[in-house]
Amino acid sequence: MSLRIQEPREPRIPDAEPVGGIVSVAVPPSAVRGFLQSRGNSSLSDRGFRWLMLICALSIFAIVALIATELVAHSELTLHKFGFGFFVRSAWNPVIDNYGALPFIYGTIVSSLVALVLAVPLAVGVAIFLTEMCPKALRGIFSFLTELLAAIPSVVYGLWAIFVLVPLLRNYVDPLLMKVLGWTGLFTGPDFGLGLFAAGVILAIMILPIISSLTREVMSAVPHTQREAVLALGATRWEMIRMGVLRNARIGIVGSIILGLGRALGETMAVAMVIGSSPTISKSLLAPAATMASVIANEFAEAADDTYRSALIEIGLALFIVTILVNILARLLVWAVTRGAPARTA
Amino acid sequence: MGVGIEVNRLNAWYGANHTLEDITLHIPANEATALIGPSGCGKSTFVRCLNRMHETNPIARVTGEVKVGGVDIYSETSAVEVRRRIGMVFQRPNPFPTMSIYDNVASGLRLNGFRNRRVLDDVVERSLVHAALWEEVKDDLKKKSGASLSGGQQQRLCIARALAVDPEVLLMDEPASALDPVSTAKIEDLIFELKSQYTIVIVTHNMQQAARVAERTGFFLNGKLIEFDSTHKIFTNPSDKRTEDYITGRFG
Amino acid sequence: MGGHARGSGEDGLRTMASQLKSSTTNRRWRWFANHMATAAAVGATILVIAPLVAIFLDLVYKGASSLNLDFFTKTPAPVGEMGGGMVNAIVGSGVLLMLASAMGVPVGIAAGIYLSEFGRGTKLSNLVRFTADVLNGVPSIVMGIAAYSLIVAPEKTFSAFAGGVALGIMMIPTVARTTEEMLLMVPHSIREAALGLGVPNWRSVLSITLKTALPGVITGCMLAFARVAGETAPLLFTAFGNPFVSTALNQPIEALPLQIYVYALSPYDEWHRLAWAGSLVLIVLIVVAVALVRFVTTRGVLKGAS
Repeated sequence: MSLRIQEPREPRIPDAEPVGGIVSVAVPPSAVRGFLQSRGNSSLSDRGFRWLMLICALSIFAIVALIATELVAHSELTLHKFGFGFFVRSAWNPVIDNYGALPFIYGTIVSSLVALVLAVPLAVGVAIFLTEMCPKALRGIFSFLTELLAAIPSVVYGLWAIFVLVPLLRNYVDPLLMKVLGWTGLFTGPDFGLGLFAAGVILAIMILPIISSLTREVMSAVPHTQREAVLALGATRWEMIRMGVLRNARIGIVGSIILGLGRALGETMAVAMVIGSSPTISKSLLAPAATMASVIANEFAEAADDTYRSALIEIGLALFIVTILVNILARLLVWAVTRGAPARTA
Repeated sequence: MGVGIEVNRLNAWYGANHTLEDITLHIPANEATALIGPSGCGKSTFVRCLNRMHETNPIARVTGEVKVGGVDIYSETSAVEVRRRIGMVFQRPNPFPTMSIYDNVASGLRLNGFRNRRVLDDVVERSLVHAALWEEVKDDLKKKSGASLSGGQQQRLCIARALAVDPEVLLMDEPASALDPVSTAKIEDLIFELKSQYTIVIVTHNMQQAARVAERTGFFLNGKLIEFDSTHKIFTNPSDKRTEDYITGRFG
Repeated sequence: MGGHARGSGEDGLRTMASQLKSSTTNRRWRWFANHMATAAAVGATILVIAPLVAIFLDLVYKGASSLNLDFFTKTPAPVGEMGGGMVNAIVGSGVLLMLASAMGVPVGIAAGIYLSEFGRGTKLSNLVRFTADVLNGVPSIVMGIAAYSLIVAPEKTFSAFAGGVALGIMMIPTVARTTEEMLLMVPHSIREAALGLGVPNWRSVLSITLKTALPGVITGCMLAFARVAGETAPLLFTAFGNPFVSTALNQPIEALPLQIYVYALSPYDEWHRLAWAGSLVLIVLIVVAVALVRFVTTRGVLKGAS
């Protein structure tokens, strides 16, 4: 290919380097132009691409719809047989096809409540520490550790709970609780370590990171001017936190607590491993019990006949609806405070 | 060779905001035309209407006629095809950060499906020479990333990238405003060289730049084209008082 | 107590000020309260970190000693015998995760592309985003039930395919959200540069925008992958478990977390030992994924996309 180089023009600014001259090469410019003109317009592929992406985005709705329809369709049997009474009856006898979900609802609610009572003060305390008190250098490490806590699989928590937590409870904590709080009726009866309390403790450990990290997010969203205003009035740091931050963030904190509740309601494996799997209702937290998620986990694979399965699926349907409602409520509350910043998947 | 642009009664909106009102002008081929005016007067919007970049904003709307080389770019062809004939250099240099210098310049062709290696090599070299960047980068074409160059070099890289698709018109939206004086001078020299092959429309805040580089100048104010004439006339004997006020620094 | 939720009005400040007025006893009490609060917060943090440290230490202690070559190459020994490994579970998890990723990653990334590139700010994408977040909070056992009803029941067999589907639909919302977040970080000027060259929009999105955000998108997928790798509940009645190494998609298949669950509940010490080892393997995988994600997002290793 031959090059024809022209002399560069006189540069206008004295010290500037001379600009390279115009070079023409044997490949005519029109080759490039011709090629590009032949490409035509891409509106078909652009539209197709957009549609494909849209369909994939809509798949998220499809998933929810799919789950809902499958759950409803396959719990028809017991929906018709027991109606709404299913949720207030306390029987659970697969042999005679007599089903009632009350024990599991009780177990779910009580274990979640125990978890909240234990976790919320700690989680909020950690959040306060990390947002307001922790030296910046350590903040990264601590938040990494809390993130790790959230990432541990449920079954690993369960494993640890069976072999470490439960013996700990059975040998040290439960006797203490029975002695001190036995009069309430909450800590009585034979104690094997397994039961509602153990489930509540492991649940507390599991929902702590979520409540804590979301609380941190809403606390960080409180503008610094609020903190400064209170400090300017002569407040101590704790007073500043209480009046300048927590008060403003309290809606969001409630939201994160509810989100933690949502997670506790649906937690399956760790609970199934330590709750004792007994479809009974008892006042004592040390008694074995079962939750909606744990009974499905423990009994579904062996459920031999359609009615049995239908009962379990109906429990699953209830679980689905409850967790969705709780999640929606929680997200709305958190969103109200952080104003629509993309919410982290908890 | 470049082509001329005919603009007829162009109106543009951003949502309810009427940003351009009834713009009519003729941009001659193979010349540099400068557009000046105070901030927010619509000159950037105007230039973005010329290659249909204005409509990438979902609330944007355009009416009127823009003919490039005789072809109405709104009714007779698609946006993608328009942008292959009309290149654009933006205010802040925006080379593709994940690509090498070579890949950056070749991107316009490659991403449209061009495969011929030898021709690509040739086009890349030619474009970098045209953009006065070849000598500085010819040894690192594939080794250095586009983002590792200095500001002035990055902008010349963007010019090379725009030239590689062999457009007929080159739009430049304040191309030197983010650069230092030496780089600015290099770019102005470049425009002078490129005029013979392309039609150039340059938006600038800098009136001296317009005076140095362009044969014709248009003065925009509040979305309207106040005056459009030879650069010499605009800067020595403008017909409209508003133009004179702007030139002499009474506002803007 | 005065003060509105969204900020202190005049009354709020006045009430606060009156609460803060100090006499000497009041001041002493306030400083005491301040220190108690600090102590409580620090105490809470320690109490929270302690189980984490305890779990990790236990895992390493109880699990590391059982991690030998046999663990990765042998199937479980018959009950009562020593030795054996979990290769069936490892292979099974591998198969399930590949299936899940094949479903979850492309659909999730595409959904993320839609949210960021086409639907930004629209009501539809806000609704999709919200639904994805809510879906992430649904217990995974429910996904298992759905996959059971859809695939296991009609086919009348537990299968790896059903397990893969259950895990796959869990990945989609997670991957979509992280992809969207990463794509939003690509500066708009890059997209403009591509469009200005006359590159078709679809090509610009894939070869320019997605490519620029790729490190972040990939780590988002890794995060979803790690999360799903530890899931047990959806596999209980879809993949179901298999004492042998199997890769058939229409047969039951083992998975690491599944086998850990069964072994933990068993009465055999040997199986407990394997359960600890398996948990250690899982945890290492997850810690690596979390650490990598942190590295990419906080250090801003999105090349040049500043």
